[in-house]
Amino acid sequence: MVDTDAPTPAEALCEAARDGVDFDGLRAARTPDGFRLAVPEAEYADLSAAAFVEAARTHRAYVDNWLFWHATAPQAAAEWAFLRWLERADERSVPERDDRLADGCTREWGQIAVTVRLDDGRRRYALRHADETDADPETLSTYADPHEARRLRKVDDDGDYRPLSTAPTLPGGWAFTDLDATAVVRAVDGFYPATIANWHREREGDLDVTHWHDAVSRQTGIYGVVRTWDRGEGHDHVNWVAEACCADSQCLKRREWEYDDETPLDVAGGDGVFPCREPCSLVIATARTWTRLESERPRTYAFDLTPSEKAQIEEIVDAVADGRVDGVRDGDTSDGANRFRARFLRAKLFDDDGNLCGVPTDAEVE
Amino acid sequence: MSEALLIVAHGSHLNPKSSAPAQDHADAIRVSGAVDEVREAYWKEEPSLRNALRTVSADEVYVVPLFVSEGYFTEEVLPRELRLEFDADDWDSDGTNADVAACRPADVDKTVHYCGPVGTHDAMTDVVVRRAETVTGDPEVGDGVGLAVVGHGTKRNENSAKAVEYHADRVRDRGRFDEVHALFMDEEPEIDDVTDHFESDDVVVVPLFIADGYHTQEDIPADMGIADDAGGYAVPTRLDGHDIWYAGAIGTEALMADVILERAADAGAAIDRGPGNRTPTPAADGD
Repeated sequence: MVDTDAPTPAEALCEAARDGVDFDGLRAARTPDGFRLAVPEAEYADLSAAAFVEAARTHRAYVDNWLFWHATAPQAAAEWAFLRWLERADERSVPERDDRLADGCTREWGQIAVTVRLDDGRRRYALRHADETDADPETLSTYADPHEARRLRKVDDDGDYRPLSTAPTLPGGWAFTDLDATAVVRAVDGFYPATIANWHREREGDLDVTHWHDAVSRQTGIYGVVRTWDRGEGHDHVNWVAEACCADSQCLKRREWEYDDETPLDVAGGDGVFPCREPCSLVIATARTWTRLESERPRTYAFDLTPSEKAQIEEIVDAVADGRVDGVRDGDTSDGANRFRARFLRAKLFDDDGNLCGVPTDAEVE
Repeated sequence: MSEALLIVAHGSHLNPKSSAPAQDHADAIRVSGAVDEVREAYWKEEPSLRNALRTVSADEVYVVPLFVSEGYFTEEVLPRELRLEFDADDWDSDGTNADVAACRPADVDKTVHYCGPVGTHDAMTDVVVRRAETVTGDPEVGDGVGLAVVGHGTKRNENSAKAVEYHADRVRDRGRFDEVHALFMDEEPEIDDVTDHFESDDVVVVPLFIADGYHTQEDIPADMGIADDAGGYAVPTRLDGHDIWYAGAIGTEALMADVILERAADAGAAIDRGPGNRTPTPAADGD
């Protein structure tokens, strides 16, 4: 349905010119001598309202661009900035952008590829898994409701539950092909909750980071015990937590929290587009487990291993830690994490109670 | 002034079904058009409670906890993580009548109307009855039938049992069911002896839990003795001469969406409950 009474973009600009417009190369103003209009390629002055509208029509791309960002796009600061980032609006002129948007302009947000296109003068947005940008559309399930995104991220391609939305295990097989500006923000927020809001805060210089020590200090209930792991005796334990949980191979957020505001951690925070502003609930829950385990005192155990057996145990730990166990082929006996190699090690070295080399775990220290 | 509804729930690192009720009810409310903006946040999932309010556009946010009772989570964890200046005394509650407290969160420039949990709202009694109707497939269920409202119960928080007893009393007062009892997992009277408490042949068992998970799908069926070898249970299951109609977590009942809206409306939200904007459920036996 076309609303014939609605102002045209040029008429809307004429109205806005009374307050002055200066946006993406388009300038419009009302002066005592009439309207002024300027774009990088041309400049007009002393125009009547009708002449202004006429001139604006000849520079339609600028006017449409202004109208989209001030009437169609969500007027919430973070969402607006995200949509501008998607098409590199702050780096490209309007004609250059329009030119590129005609073919589609794609940027990655975590494992999502977001494509924005100008289709018959309207911006339309499409989402796919970043690994499936070239996939045959027939092989993907198409979704229209952006709120479906938060259901699509619940399990990985193997059907395993993903409690951490930013784990690098986003499943594929889906596509959003025709979203508007409001809907694409909802879909992205559905896949990666709150990432747009925190990314925007960081760009504005007001990301409210809560460092490890403060995050742990506010825990209560069953998590209150984590405070006892944090007695001001260095921060190696937090380095290990961050290395275990927060590396890019485990989470696509870029860790911005440190031990405290004066003590940076010694491990890299990652290269993600969006920041992590405090230890998440998974980190805290895992830290609770480590608090218990790390309260134990080390003991000296004696095991007789061949050099290859020692190396194999290390290889198995690596394989589990790197999540590559499923990729170890049954026939590849050169791999220490090979199932038959592991079974042989167990058959040879474990006693009937599962003790390595028959050495009890809880034997009295002599 | 723009308004949003933020449904806050526990969530889980292990159980993907934990967040399903919050998501489903949020979707139903969104589709109904009753509120302009509907969001969810979780203690264990995302968006986290800590990051939730910054994802909301509206200036006025009605926060409704999808929790069964007043206690540690609603009084301590949720307000702390949402960064609300809140004291449980603001609710002036006896354990079942928390309503709302207006708060200013520390990290966003908004007003938060922090509501009492859905579990203690009067409308929850309707959901208990509705649950009995849906599990038996009988919209008139009640005559000749016993109803057990089941709670976790914990000695650490007397409010946990209060919410269960509150609704059991209210259902009993309606006189619809022959017998109504509140039973618990971790305190007396226990669900283990469910049939000891009822004369009626048919007993409907409605657990006052938000999400289906270990407690509702494994613990309670096993405690009652209706669990089958495959790890499930039949509805009904024949037990000690009674038919046990076990309903599973009440939080998954579609009518819960209305309780969420009632909470927000009671707190002053401009809920659009026009004829086309009610969540699609048949009329409830309300009072």
